Amino acid sequence: MRGSAVLVTDSQQVSAWRVVRDVVETGSPAERAAVLAEQSRLIRRSVLAMIGRAQAGHIGGDFSVTDVLATLYFGVLRIDPARPDAPVRDRFILSKGHCAASLYSTLAFSGYFDPAALDTFMGPHSPLNGHPNRVKVPGVETNTGPLGHGLPVAVGEALGARLLGHDSRVFVVCGDGEMQEGSNWEALMSAAHYRLANLTLVIDRNRLQQGDRTEETNALDPLADKLAAFGWEVREVDGHDHTALLAAFAPAAGTRPVAVIANTIKGRGVSFIEDRVEWHHKVPSPDQIALALKELA
Amino acid sequence: MTLAEAATAATYDNRAAFADELIERARADERVVAVCNDSVGSSNLVAFRQEFPDRLINVGIAEQNMVGVGAGLAAAGLIPFVCAAGPFLTGRALEQVKADVVYSAHNVILCGMSPGMAYGELGPTHHSVEDLSWLRALPGLDIVVPADRHQTRQAVRQAAADPRPTYIRVGRYKVPDVTAPGDRLERGRFQLAREGADVTLIGAGTLVSRTLAAADLLAADGIEARVLNAAYIAPLDVEAIRAAAQTGAIVTAEEANISGGLGAAVALTVAAQGGGPVVRTLGLSDFAPTGSTDMLLEYFGLTAPAIAAAAREALAV
Repeated sequence: MRGSAVLVTDSQQVSAWRVVRDVVETGSPAERAAVLAEQSRLIRRSVLAMIGRAQAGHIGGDFSVTDVLATLYFGVLRIDPARPDAPVRDRFILSKGHCAASLYSTLAFSGYFDPAALDTFMGPHSPLNGHPNRVKVPGVETNTGPLGHGLPVAVGEALGARLLGHDSRVFVVCGDGEMQEGSNWEALMSAAHYRLANLTLVIDRNRLQQGDRTEETNALDPLADKLAAFGWEVREVDGHDHTALLAAFAPAAGTRPVAVIANTIKGRGVSFIEDRVEWHHKVPSPDQIALALKELA
Repeated sequence: MTLAEAATAATYDNRAAFADELIERARADERVVAVCNDSVGSSNLVAFRQEFPDRLINVGIAEQNMVGVGAGLAAAGLIPFVCAAGPFLTGRALEQVKADVVYSAHNVILCGMSPGMAYGELGPTHHSVEDLSWLRALPGLDIVVPADRHQTRQAVRQAAADPRPTYIRVGRYKVPDVTAPGDRLERGRFQLAREGADVTLIGAGTLVSRTLAAADLLAADGIEARVLNAAYIAPLDVEAIRAAAQTGAIVTAEEANISGGLGAAVALTVAAQGGGPVVRTLGLSDFAPTGSTDMLLEYFGLTAPAIAAAAREALAV
């Protein structure tokens, strides 16, 4: 099915990705943090441009998850963007598929496709739909968009890797509001039951959902206690601290699956967008984009 | 098959054929796994579990997770057969079927067990009569409704070898053979079960033997009915339907709701080309009352005499 993908590997960009990967793998802690912060800045600027062009998108969630994505793709996932279908590879699923702009930017900067394609985001017949489609975009593992889908699929991938004897790890990012979906709690039970230590769930805990604060809508706290009670190894970190994220994404300590609660700020990186419910999917004006780009300079 | 033959014919459980073939596939290909929702018994997976304990993934009573896990297993490179009673597989997990399996083009084989009104007195919550309508709306999903044990085995064999997402309806109650072991189940084709040019009867699954018996009743009146076994509902056999439109009338029969299943597909195809004959679609149009499967099939006019009567009426229009 991947044969019908319109987008293909950009080898020049893969080389650029490898240079950054090398720094993260061999550099000092300070160098590591610096290059990941730079990738995050580039992703946020790209998201801003994409949403400005498309006049649509989900800027708040894109910005809260950016540092998680940059850390995973430039520092953690054992992937080869030149061979997106390699049978043995780490898997990543963005369950909160509405934050496609940040995923597409990350994939493009990793070399899965030419970053020039980002200009077509949500345009007519673009492979870059408002929600990711694996058939059209290399690097996307499964189609997401409706909430509560990514974690069950990730459980299947983790089980499958074990059955096939692959040492792949599976990472899935859910929004915190998304943890209100019942399907996620079905999957949390399964992952613990099968002791899927090769599975890491990252919860983008920005405490806002489309209409209000999560705790004012359908409270999630005490989230860490709930996940622990479901049999998960829980790690809680600052979701914008690349060094802390790198540590949190280390393999499981034992046989339990790992849940990383990444405490984040929705809209992180642009002062007037940060932690405001109205910026869930509001589109910035040209003046606001200019201001935001200054803050992300 | 004549009515007399049907009354005395040996009957077979499609679930048994399904289970036997699934075990054969699993022996032949270590990527074949089964996923279920606490339905090891009702999905006939006990023997599979005995032989392949690690390859039977029972997620418990959690159908949304079950279908998502199936998609993930396929994404990892396995060939999952996701088995659950039809209404819960296709109803509870419909969005997972749409987004995770079909839209994502993952190689998952969805096995709707005990479909139609097999659960008789358990009532409409347990009847799977909406599945064909719901699933026909998903582009790219093959829908197979095997009519007997031979077709059931072939459906399983073909699905294991084909990378496309597939839905197989696996009947619960025993039905007579309507095909021979050597007959080929062709993807996207109706099987010609009886020649005839006066009227065409198109049956699916459990209703194929009843449709053949209806053809016998019509033959006694001098009406030669063509009988088509609609083992594949998607892709749809448009060619066979257009040929059927050259006969005097078309009657479809399915153990499913008529708004969206086989009959609707046939009627739409005939209407779109214009100038076609009357199309009568037999099936459910309401939630079933309390009753056995046999009683309910009679209640909804899904017996050989009722199918024959519908054909006579259609020809008389």
